[in-house]
Amino acid sequence: MATFDIPIGPQHPALPEPLLLKLEVEGETVVGVDFDVSYMHRGIEKLLETKTYFQGLPLVERICGICNAAHGLCYTLNVEKLYDKEIPPRAQYLRLIVEELSRIHSHLLWLGVAAFEIGFNTMFMYTWRDREYVMDMLEAITGNRVTTEYSQIGGVRRDISPELADKLLKTMNVVEERTKYYIKVALTEPTIAKRTQGVGYLSPEDAKSTCSVGPIIRASGIKFDIRADDPYAAHEEVPFNVITYDSCDVFGRVVVRAQELLECVNMIRYALKNLPSGPFRIKLPMKPNAGEALTRVEAPRGELLHYTLCEGTPKPYRYKVRTPTLANLGALRAMLTSKGRYVVNIGDVPIIYGSIDPCICCTARVQFIDIKKDKTWTWTLDEIRNRSRRMRV
Amino acid sequence: MILGLISWARKRSPWIAHFCTGSCNACDIEILACLTPRYDIERFGAIVRGSIRHADILLVTGPVTRQVRDRLLRIYEQMPEPKYVVAVGTCAISGGVYRNSYNIYPGVDSVIPVTAYISGCPVKPENIINGLSFLLKKIGESE
Repeated sequence: MATFDIPIGPQHPALPEPLLLKLEVEGETVVGVDFDVSYMHRGIEKLLETKTYFQGLPLVERICGICNAAHGLCYTLNVEKLYDKEIPPRAQYLRLIVEELSRIHSHLLWLGVAAFEIGFNTMFMYTWRDREYVMDMLEAITGNRVTTEYSQIGGVRRDISPELADKLLKTMNVVEERTKYYIKVALTEPTIAKRTQGVGYLSPEDAKSTCSVGPIIRASGIKFDIRADDPYAAHEEVPFNVITYDSCDVFGRVVVRAQELLECVNMIRYALKNLPSGPFRIKLPMKPNAGEALTRVEAPRGELLHYTLCEGTPKPYRYKVRTPTLANLGALRAMLTSKGRYVVNIGDVPIIYGSIDPCICCTARVQFIDIKKDKTWTWTLDEIRNRSRRMRV
Repeated sequence: MILGLISWARKRSPWIAHFCTGSCNACDIEILACLTPRYDIERFGAIVRGSIRHADILLVTGPVTRQVRDRLLRIYEQMPEPKYVVAVGTCAISGGVYRNSYNIYPGVDSVIPVTAYISGCPVKPENIINGLSFLLKKIGESE
């Protein structure tokens, strides 16, 4: 049978963000896929080199608007590694609380969007209504609904008062109750089961070989969570379970994310109960020590990696970000390719694509294309360094 | 009389298309939050449509990246008359934190004409509702 190429995007009803999916189809079966994620390239890494470490934080938080708490946390932890100073434990606990709150908001958001993709609009409205409770708490703690900038270099921006802690605990009760309802719905509702079971299959071997991260690899039955494997910001002291599920399909990803919500609620409760006293911020000098630093953080979408090279100046010489969606694109290709008995129907493409919780905003990469010679290439680190030196002079 | 009827219908059912031209997703999720029970812009008759050909209002979020500029122009051409474009968020107004980057145009109005601006980084849902009602008033006055 002849194959056809179907382009989806960059502006398409099924996609919230500009992305070009080139599907290769045989009838209704998808046999191959290619992506173009370059539509959102804003040159953030280059822009960071023109700002000091302290000025860079607002920009880093705007790499991605949904997992901004993880980006801000990763950036501050990374820069703090360049100073040899102890960060107060109260700050680490407060960071954990806001990070987990933002994970709750991100997972509720995803549950709603995934329900929307499979045509289950009632669930979309329910989860987004409950998400507003979490947004109210984020606004009360940090001062802004979405882009919070709570974690600062040297600590956090504000303290939590006892009244606010009480309010947060009450909100957690509401969230827990609603989450239990969503888990019940996800496990028993036939609409969800029919549209998600056996769809978007990713075997544990494929999950490992494509280096997927976050809820995708955990839904393939592999225990991989940076919070447990490489603890940061009080994750060593706050107990939690790494949720896995072994169905390896979209259904598993729904269950993993829903059950992670309960873990987040328990972590916030424990952290509030055992909140250490003391200062919540220390002052650090403008100039960090020269050196390199690399930090990994478990963002709601998976492992997030920040790297910096500092020459002892207030501005970074190089800043590098590897986001979870980029790591999961390899897994997405495996999920969207029919193989043997596993058949991908073209109607399932939106939910399979949605199941990795895509965030193209943070993923965009630069690629050079010569239209005349039909040649594409990327730059190595040395070439980028040479060019940035030239631009600096 | 027919013109009056069209104008009345346009004012009471403003259909919206949303296009992200390089934003950080924060404004996008706040637009989506507007549709959900707490803010519920459907009470103004507004629904978000996937296709630009069905829409009266185009919401643009984010600074316009070089790669997405041609797409934005194409989408703008496909839009039926009269065209109302709303720049949502600080980046869409002036480039915001990404200003001075080598790959962006500072603001949507450097590429296509804009009718209304909604400020905030990210915009609050209340602000979007405020901007929308302002735009609806403007549509009513102009026709």
